[in-house]
Amino acid sequence: MSVDLSLEPALRVRGIEKSFGDLRVLRGVDLDVAPGSIVALLGSNGAGKTTLVRILSTLVAPDAGTASVHGHDVVDQPGRVRESISLTGQFAAVDEVLTGRENLVLVARLRHLRDPERVADDLLARFSLTDAGARRAGTYSGGMRRRLDIAMSLVGNPPVVFLDEPTTGLDPQSRIEVWATVRELARGGTTVLLTTQYLDEAEQLADRIAILHRGTIVQDGTLAELKALLPPATVEYVEKQPSLEDVFLALVGDAGDTDGTPVTPTTTEAAQPAGEELR
Amino acid sequence: MTTHALTDTRVLAGRSLRHVLRSPDTIITTAVTPVALMLLFVYVLGGAIDTGTGGSYVDYLLPGILLITVASGVAYTSYRLFLDLQGGIVERFRSMPVARSSVLWAHVLTSLVANLVSVTLVVGVGLLLGFRTDASVGAWLAALGIIVLFTLALTWLAVVAGLSARTVDGASAFSYPLIFLPFVSSAFVPTDTMPTAVAWFAENQPVTAVVDTLRALFAGQPVGSDIWLALAWLVGILVVAQAWAVATYRRRMR
Ligand SMILES: Nc1ncnc2c1ncn2[C@@H]1O[C@H](COP(=O)(O)OP(=O)(O)OP(=O)(O)O)[C@@H](O)[C@H]1O
Ligand SMILES: [Mg+2]
Repeated sequence: MSVDLSLEPALRVRGIEKSFGDLRVLRGVDLDVAPGSIVALLGSNGAGKTTLVRILSTLVAPDAGTASVHGHDVVDQPGRVRESISLTGQFAAVDEVLTGRENLVLVARLRHLRDPERVADDLLARFSLTDAGARRAGTYSGGMRRRLDIAMSLVGNPPVVFLDEPTTGLDPQSRIEVWATVRELARGGTTVLLTTQYLDEAEQLADRIAILHRGTIVQDGTLAELKALLPPATVEYVEKQPSLEDVFLALVGDAGDTDGTPVTPTTTEAAQPAGEELR
Repeated sequence: MTTHALTDTRVLAGRSLRHVLRSPDTIITTAVTPVALMLLFVYVLGGAIDTGTGGSYVDYLLPGILLITVASGVAYTSYRLFLDLQGGIVERFRSMPVARSSVLWAHVLTSLVANLVSVTLVVGVGLLLGFRTDASVGAWLAALGIIVLFTLALTWLAVVAGLSARTVDGASAFSYPLIFLPFVSSAFVPTDTMPTAVAWFAENQPVTAVVDTLRALFAGQPVGSDIWLALAWLVGILVVAQAWAVATYRRRMR
């Protein structure tokens, strides 16, 4: 691959518009996503995040504007686009009658991979689902289902991954696991566009953050660039309290790889009895 | 993309056949109502019905019962398709490099297999109740062909229903009129006992042509022009229903 090609954005969105009846959801969206980067699309409920993701994954056609994935237009060359993307929709799309493993094998077959069984086993292990692999997905908890859903999207290592609110409804530990997966993907060169309602998720994960508001991208930049938009910080002395998330993780045991503040000893002691009761 | 259409259809049909295998009650339920009807007609009502053919009433009845089996069986196709659409799995398939036509064809093939199993069960019960046939191998194959065509035609209608439905109940309700049609045909009683208007409808609707053809094939008698009429109806419905289903799918997926 030539150097010029690698400089071309993995996703290029220009003037995308989409209305549903009288409701003008997208009113000229422009966005570039560099290969191998993680971009978080922020926006309140109904801002049109899912609509944009569905346009990029060739599920709906835009009313105006163009969008391309690796240079392939989503309207003119949907087949080529589908070969390089995967979509994890806002609501888990797993086959509840099949087992977790069968779900993965199914997707591997549909992606025409060589050894579907092995691909499935690898992903089960990667998403801590090996033990549940032989159970019907319908019996999974919400978090397990979401993990299976994401695992199904990663079958065949598509170079561009769309994750629509990947951590909504997950407990803090599963969230951290999903974050780790996303980081790992980007390290391996995968381009990730994720939507989220959680500002901390965007802060934690994204190389760039795009804010979708009233149908357009109102801001697009790195966290530092976005912060620089606000008036210069004033210095105030505030007592540092552990966040509820720190407390929760201390109680249930696995603080994992949170790079947040360590839990203070007093909190841990105070929390200990409650932890006993929980067990 | 089309190079993969066959593989994709096979993989997706394997998936929905697994659904059927994991809820075998759908096949049993499909067979139960027709079997109950058969018992009712043979042992309760049949004695009072003069078919004017001289043969046993089971022989007269079975073709219609088989069509009712298929008509109720295809409701599961709309049901499964509706659930797939609702659960988002169709969206997943559509965002993947999967041949578009495969999603529908997989359901159609599954319907064919499931319905043929139900039909076989019902024929088995028919044999226990005294159904006898003089059909040659060729006649059996012809009868099988007619039933396959009938199933395909009704299945594509079921696909339209599954694609258009807004509720689970709506998805399967379409089959009620289909189940009812055989009652206003030559399936249970000869049409010449019916009032003129009803008889006219019965004689000119597709079920009568199909039933008469199957009956002649099973009895080892010449089928005459009935078979062409039946084929014309079935192929006609099949072509229209399939085009309708594909158009509905395209429209829905825009
Ligand atoms: N198929 C559709 N028909 C009609 N209206 C739709 C359709 N899809 C989306 N909308 C509307 O478009 C708007 C944007 O929806 P969208 O799902 O893209 O928002 P979102 O940013 O993903 O919201 P959320 O954070 O709640 O997931 C909403 O008002 C929604 O009701
Ligand atoms: Mg959304």
